[in-house]
Amino acid sequence: MDKVLEIRDLHTSFFTHVGEVKAVRGVNIDIYKGEAVGIVGESGCGKSVTSLSIMRLVPSPGKIIKGEIYFNGEDLLKKSEKEMQRIRGNRISMVFQDPMTSLNPVYTIGDQLMEPLRVHKKMDAKSARQQAIELLKAVGIPDPERRFDQYPHEFSGGMRQRVMIAMALSCQPELMIADEPTTALDVTIQAQILELLKQLKAEYNMSIMLITHDLGIVADLCSRVIVMYAGIIVEQGTTKEIFYDPKHPYTWGLLRSVPRINMLSKKRLVPIDGQPPDLLKPPKGCPFMPRCRYAMKICKEQSPELYSVSETHKAACWLLDPRAPAVRWDKEEVNFR
Amino acid sequence: MSCSNEVLIEVKELKKYFPVRGGLIGGKKEVLKAVDGVTFSIYKGETLGLVGESGCGKTTVGRTILKLYSPTSGRIIFDGDDITDLNDRQMRPYRKRMQIIFQDPYASLNPRMTVGDIIAESIDIHNIAKGEERKAIIYDLLNKVGLSKEHANRYPHEFSGGQRQRIGIARALAVNPEFIVCDEPISALDVSIQAQIVNLLEDLQDELGLTYLFIAHDLSMVKHISDRVGVMYLGKLVELAPSDELYDRPLHPYTRALLSAIPIPDPDATQQRKRIILKGDVPTPINPPSGCRFRTRCPIARERCAEEEPVTKDFGGGHMVACHFVE
Ligand SMILES: Nc1ncnc2c1ncn2[C@@H]1O[C@H](COP(=O)(O)OP(=O)(O)OP(=O)(O)O)[C@@H](O)[C@H]1O
Ligand SMILES: Nc1ncnc2c1ncn2[C@@H]1O[C@H](COP(=O)(O)OP(=O)(O)OP(=O)(O)O)[C@@H](O)[C@H]1O
Ligand code: SF4
Ligand code: SF4
Ligand SMILES: [Mg+2]
Ligand SMILES: [Mg+2]
Repeated sequence: MDKVLEIRDLHTSFFTHVGEVKAVRGVNIDIYKGEAVGIVGESGCGKSVTSLSIMRLVPSPGKIIKGEIYFNGEDLLKKSEKEMQRIRGNRISMVFQDPMTSLNPVYTIGDQLMEPLRVHKKMDAKSARQQAIELLKAVGIPDPERRFDQYPHEFSGGMRQRVMIAMALSCQPELMIADEPTTALDVTIQAQILELLKQLKAEYNMSIMLITHDLGIVADLCSRVIVMYAGIIVEQGTTKEIFYDPKHPYTWGLLRSVPRINMLSKKRLVPIDGQPPDLLKPPKGCPFMPRCRYAMKICKEQSPELYSVSETHKAACWLLDPRAPAVRWDKEEVNFR
Repeated sequence: MSCSNEVLIEVKELKKYFPVRGGLIGGKKEVLKAVDGVTFSIYKGETLGLVGESGCGKTTVGRTILKLYSPTSGRIIFDGDDITDLNDRQMRPYRKRMQIIFQDPYASLNPRMTVGDIIAESIDIHNIAKGEERKAIIYDLLNKVGLSKEHANRYPHEFSGGQRQRIGIARALAVNPEFIVCDEPISALDVSIQAQIVNLLEDLQDELGLTYLFIAHDLSMVKHISDRVGVMYLGKLVELAPSDELYDRPLHPYTRALLSAIPIPDPDATQQRKRIILKGDVPTPINPPSGCRFRTRCPIARERCAEEEPVTKDFGGGHMVACHFVE
């Protein structure tokens, strides 16, 4: 299978007045054509910054300080801004995490939807309008003809989010990066959007990089999952490997904290206690160490290497070292299965 | 949860219409019926969950109760006082008692203020504390929501989405409110922090006797946190029941579709399950369908549904449903 995206040793930092925030610290990601990969991980672990790095849209004072990002074999980090503009919203599109700030409040929804079609696909006003209305329909916006001339503030949160999705799909991108694309959607509309994405994936071989904290969506749409923590990838594998046989204590905690619909309603949830490390001075050992109940001496001193569990499954944890004590993941504690 | 029989919020036939620009057909101004006759109560110490399709009016209900929008008609009664027609000045004593945590953690924080000043905004407005005491309150709040006091001097853009939402929660807690509208407070958070925040909201409720209106899309989480849950569809409340009852015995066809679509965090189970996929046109609140508003997508709709609007009836134990054909 061909790779659509290949990220090698990406480092992105923010140079703030208090120092360098090392948001992404050596990330490697491959995404193949026609596949959907889920990226999960705690708030602040660098998911959005990774995706903004791919788009070359890291806001100042942020900077990509090292790495390569190949899109169909071409290094995006070597492209001029002009070349990037021809790729963004066209061959790679992105649904941003914050729908309100990425829609321009002074232009109508319709104008904003038509723009990529006119710029990249050189459509005339009439066909762009028609296409834009079709897109609004596809993402489940009722009465799209009338909604077309409204402004973003007249749309509900979920409707804005659907507009962002429509915009991202408008030019049939080869890669769609979706950063929490359905947080504001109810489950019926969400199911409809997931169906739409699956269909585009199958029909046009579109690849999807899906950033989400909703493990249900990952289970439904993605064939592989990448788990990030404090700017690095701590575990990756097929969706089944991650859900049924996770190896990293952070992933265990993540799976444990999800409530399940058939669980007793007043049972207390199990969060992962503590805070992620300050990325101003990331620890030299395992970043999860202060919160890990299995931490060993070495965890504090040396960051774990990436161990292979199978051809597709890797995890960065000292527990996978043959010399480490055997620790079993307590499935009973997980609220599902 | 220790919710009493005392009503804190009572909403009667609440309506909120928005004008539609350019909508002047035959000289008559068109309106968007965001909330169109909604009635419910919230008891002291209770969490009432509110779910429903995007755009069905949940946020508008929450904001109208707080009088952030002026209601088109209906009544809002807070702790026995009718606050529907109070002006801004008359509302002031109530403002402190009712707070909101917003849906969009990006748009709701002023980018030019430090986190400390954002959190202390209502403290300053209501002149609650100054100097060291004010600082102590800010640090305590930051700590409560899982941030640290070093964060007080930073600006919102320096935080991730989840961290910003925690700032929003700290801000709402600053004035010791009795009632908080939580408008998707956890949608932007990762699951482990969702669990932290939900536990935090529950602890605060136990400790301070808070009352919540909890709006969310994550039905598993709504079920977990709510005592009762209301389901809205296109400006109407179609079903309202105690939380477990609603999930075990959904009666309205829309609620059933909604529950069947909950994503399951289990790759095998999710492939096997049967979803009720809603077909038909998604209607608009500018020109809602006659009779029952769900009829354009309802799998069991009949002729009567187009002619007559279903009234809300109690099917036992406070399980309220608005449908002509509940089995
Ligand atoms: N403009 C900025 N200035 C300074 N630090 C920043 C800035 N933007 C992001 N960061 C930091 O970079 C880190 C990664 O942030 P990022 O937005 O990628 O997190 P995330 O994984 O997307 O989290 P969430 O799930 O909350 O969206 C965070 O620690 C954040 O504080
Ligand atoms: N300020 C406004 N001006 C005009 N129309 C509005 C305004 N606010 C909301 N609306 C409209 O009112 C309806 C209800 O919106 P509301 O934001 O209450 O929905 P919601 O249920 O909270 O949706 P979501 O789950 O997507 O947040 C929508 O059709 C929306 O377009
Ligand atoms: S390397 Fe050590 S501290 Fe890190 S997750 Fe594994 S056991 Fe825990
Ligand atoms: S009243 Fe009719 S259309 Fe409405 S939910 Fe019941 S059966 Fe369906
Ligand atoms: Mg993010
Ligand atoms: Mg809303």
